[in-house]
Amino acid sequence: MATAVTQEVLGRVEPPVRDAQAFDVERVRRDFPILQQQVHGKPLVYLDNAATSQKPLAVIDAERDFYLRDCANIHRGVHELSERATHQYEEVRRKVQRLLNAREAHEIVFLRGTTEALNLVANTFGRKVLKPGDEVVITAMEHHSNIVPWQILRDENGIVLKVAPINDAGELIWEEYEKLLGPRTRLVAVAHVSNVLGTINPLKRIAQAAHVWNIPVLVDGAQAAPHLPVDVQDLDCDFYTFSSHKIFGPTGVGALYGRTRWLEALPPYQGGGDMIRSVSFEKTIYNALPYKFEAGTPNIGATIGLGAAIDYVTALGYESMGRYEHDLLAYGTKRLTEIPGLRIIGMAHEKASVISFVMEGIHPHDIGTILDHEGVAIRTGHHCAEPLMHRFGVPATARASLAFYNTRDEIERLVAAVKKAKELLG
Amino acid sequence: MADLSGLYQEVILDHSKRPRNFRVIDDATARAEGYNPLCGDRLTLYLRLEGDRISDIAFKGSGCAISTASASILTETLKGKTRAEAEKLFQTFHDLLTGHGSAGTNLGKLAVFSGVSEFPARVKCATLSWHTLKSALTGDAAPVTTESQDPEDQAAR
Repeated sequence: MATAVTQEVLGRVEPPVRDAQAFDVERVRRDFPILQQQVHGKPLVYLDNAATSQKPLAVIDAERDFYLRDCANIHRGVHELSERATHQYEEVRRKVQRLLNAREAHEIVFLRGTTEALNLVANTFGRKVLKPGDEVVITAMEHHSNIVPWQILRDENGIVLKVAPINDAGELIWEEYEKLLGPRTRLVAVAHVSNVLGTINPLKRIAQAAHVWNIPVLVDGAQAAPHLPVDVQDLDCDFYTFSSHKIFGPTGVGALYGRTRWLEALPPYQGGGDMIRSVSFEKTIYNALPYKFEAGTPNIGATIGLGAAIDYVTALGYESMGRYEHDLLAYGTKRLTEIPGLRIIGMAHEKASVISFVMEGIHPHDIGTILDHEGVAIRTGHHCAEPLMHRFGVPATARASLAFYNTRDEIERLVAAVKKAKELLG
Repeated sequence: MADLSGLYQEVILDHSKRPRNFRVIDDATARAEGYNPLCGDRLTLYLRLEGDRISDIAFKGSGCAISTASASILTETLKGKTRAEAEKLFQTFHDLLTGHGSAGTNLGKLAVFSGVSEFPARVKCATLSWHTLKSALTGDAAPVTTESQDPEDQAAR
């Protein structure tokens, strides 16, 4: 079974070498000073991009410049610095709007990241819409942050959580998925790209099927935004969220897109400054969108860094970036599959930038330590997706996750290091 | 620089591939479960206590080379020891792993884990079976997880 899938995938994604060469990876790598270092005496090979990606100089400079020249609080001061900070901050909102092709800038809410965004929707949608017995549909490949908030609602409010199954390749089983949607379903929440399997989920199809029942669609785009162009109007989703730090921006900020009528309908998430229009002890009037959901001083510096990251990836272009990464993914899949005893977890037809694997007789944690000593940084463990580990019957996986600054030479370093682990422990 | 061969010593590799006392004790008088959620290591430790003495000890489960070898060597070391001796060994072993002790002081085979102290991310792998032992000895029913146990291990991450 696994072999057949492998052949199929390899046959399909055999690298278009000419196109891939058009992407000047050496030039791009110069924008990321952190990559030019030695770890344990060997040049660093950073393959943990799904955990967090590295930041180009442009991002580091943008955040630094903010603190050097423009640091002030936003939406409050009449003074010059505050106006500059506010202007830059709101400019990033428009950049995110364009990145996601949202209709309106006020549909973009800045939060701490994807986790907070998913919690915001669970919390506010839960309070406003969900009643005991109402159903929320997720999938077997969700990250804990798209499982646990719904379990909290289940335990506190009596909603029903339905989990859509996946096949051995790591794809949603469509017939089963459709069956879960019905008159009791109030929301579907789904990862755009799985952080463990790399599977790209069929969002348009999901949205179409859900909207037949008037079910809103919430998308966890944390692993998608760094790799795929996202168009929330084309996908026709109701909520979409991603984190800055995975899309080459700073940690501590992320964005939530919400369709205007949903954001208007939902109650505030947190109370505090900036989210109000007027407060008296008798009554508080909430601020307009998106500020209703932005209580307190946000991470202004990181948000401005996110703006620079969006400029960076936009200038590189998702198309050329995507082609290059796809070539690298196919190459890495092929080279790793050639190692006897190695099994790749996640062989979806539509896949992005993640290679999870296990090795016969060697625990992923040991692979991680040995790879680290070869200068190769990967992640090992359950990747905040324990139910998925159970689905595939493994305690953990080793995961190499790619970005556009990775190279075929680095894939070779990965392969050599895995072989060394095998030699040592196999 | 930490040395890989210091971590994966021959004795450790041998015990990870052929763990000793890898079985269930049907008439165990104490048992406890240990879980390291970060790496997915899971083990159950079985003890038979006769009075204050450990007359038999064994384990089952799955884990990385370090945690499997540690559990295996733990069972070898503690068979026949008293509760107090076991607790004392844990303390000495723990000090060794967190860099507070020195190898060779009454540790016997356990000294092969001295290299682990150079790999802070792996300390929890080596101590999982010992925390589980402690739980079995104190009769604590809740499964041990490495995420709630020892601030010292946490700091070593």
